[in-house]
Amino acid sequence: MNIDLSINPKLVRKLLVRFLQTEIRRTGFQRAVLGLSGGIDSALVAFLAAEALGAENLLCVRMPYETSSQDSLDHAMLVIQKLGTPHLDLPITGMANALFAQQPQLTNLRKGNIMARCRMVTLYDQSEAFGGLVIGTGNKTEILLGYSTLYGDGAYALNPIGDLYKAQVRQLSQEMGVPAEILNKPPSADLWQGQTDEQELGFTYEEADKLLYLLVDQRYSPQECIAAGFRPDFVQNVTRRIQRNHFKRVMPPIAKITTRTVGYDFLYLRDWGT
Amino acid sequence: MNLALAQINTTLGNLPANLEKHLSLAKEAAQAGADLLLFPELSLTGYVLQDLAAEVALRPSAQDPNFRALLEASHKLDMVVGFVEQDSRFRFYISAAYLSAGEIRHIHRKVHLPTYGIFDEHRYFAAGDTFRSFETRFGRAGILICEDFWHISSPYLLWMDGADLFYLTSASPGRGVTDKILGSAQWVQDVNRAYAGLFTSFFAHANRVGFEDGLNFFGGSTLFDPDGRRVAQAPFNEESLTLTEVDLAQLRRTRTRLPLLRDENPAMVARELERILHK
Repeated sequence: MNIDLSINPKLVRKLLVRFLQTEIRRTGFQRAVLGLSGGIDSALVAFLAAEALGAENLLCVRMPYETSSQDSLDHAMLVIQKLGTPHLDLPITGMANALFAQQPQLTNLRKGNIMARCRMVTLYDQSEAFGGLVIGTGNKTEILLGYSTLYGDGAYALNPIGDLYKAQVRQLSQEMGVPAEILNKPPSADLWQGQTDEQELGFTYEEADKLLYLLVDQRYSPQECIAAGFRPDFVQNVTRRIQRNHFKRVMPPIAKITTRTVGYDFLYLRDWGT
Repeated sequence: MNLALAQINTTLGNLPANLEKHLSLAKEAAQAGADLLLFPELSLTGYVLQDLAAEVALRPSAQDPNFRALLEASHKLDMVVGFVEQDSRFRFYISAAYLSAGEIRHIHRKVHLPTYGIFDEHRYFAAGDTFRSFETRFGRAGILICEDFWHISSPYLLWMDGADLFYLTSASPGRGVTDKILGSAQWVQDVNRAYAGLFTSFFAHANRVGFEDGLNFFGGSTLFDPDGRRVAQAPFNEESLTLTEVDLAQLRRTRTRLPLLRDENPAMVARELERILHK
């Protein structure tokens, strides 16, 4: 068993900067819009996008809810100041509270989903106003685990870091100069006070990265992962998550009833003609 | 002989735009003194064509306006161009044409169509079924298109058919970011070098650059000589026109020192294959 999550950060930096330049400009856009949470993923994407498009062409939007931690806001501002990008503060408190007020018994999960979707609405509105594409910030670990909100943080025009595990996000962030305060804090969706991803998931990203690397990249069977020393309940939990959340990774199915149907036998890349 | 490697990006499914790029590079390369200009796989159309395949397919002949323009340009220098070929019964192939002095001298239809992982070629394309070398004004040549190269029998057959000059065209997507260069790029270079040395021949490779959705084509086009020396290396990930001299006399020097071709025994290979196939 050889688990090697190391990347050549300089090579990846070049590839991802080029990806952003090419895939944004070929659609006729020069600019991008990004929600900055204060966490490492969106900070990294901000650094990549600023390098790709020029800082002046990246709009960073902070979208706090009233319970969002001050640290999150401060860390997002560190990124904005370091890069010198234009930015906007558009709190979602009013939007979210208006929805919460209609149904008093909302669970944390429902509230979290609503908040993520309020941010999506805000970002897509800024996409039109600023004339830029919305860049996604989900990493490979999150995407495989399905740790995201469909049509919330899962909604974007393109994603430069979706093939990087969390550990690789850290390596690239170091290379790009993401501030140490952001690099070193525990990952949190900050949907409620004191929340951390690892507490909510029930395992650490370090463990998840290694297991996912074997299951997905190296095509190990779950049994082989257990034989390699991973706890059976952890392997089962993760494999179930991957499968159960696959709907977040694909376009919704369309019922096929004619001879040619979008998604089945009407197949073109998004880059068609460009 | 001066070889030019046209490491280009393409516009997906836009023949006129890609043709324009071919013609302008042909002009530039000819002015720079190139005798042969090698374009990547599907250089006239882009790679992940899916349902566009039939829409951009061509019948290669002077009657086709795209080929007419390319053939006109081939009076100035020879060219290898990549396109979707439609046969008379409406089968579609990934093909490469060797153009010289206003004529189509050879067409290779890609034999090995990868249909696994990120590749889905057999869904859209028919497979060629021959490897034939052909005469050019610089010597006998053979063409390999991308996946053809990963089957060792492909260059072997061309070699036995007389090829001393191998032209590999590809649209190879990059994977593997652990090492100094892309893992897939390293592999391709290693095999090019090995083939050049094993077949004591020239191996020229033109690879694409650019993105199609999330796939990145890494470029890094090369020329290896019969000693396995890297004579030319194009940059990674950037469009470029790389000119390099092909010292054809090296064939004699290398094969005098290392007579692998002389000592090859294709009759034995054929006999053993017959036995293996019919046992």
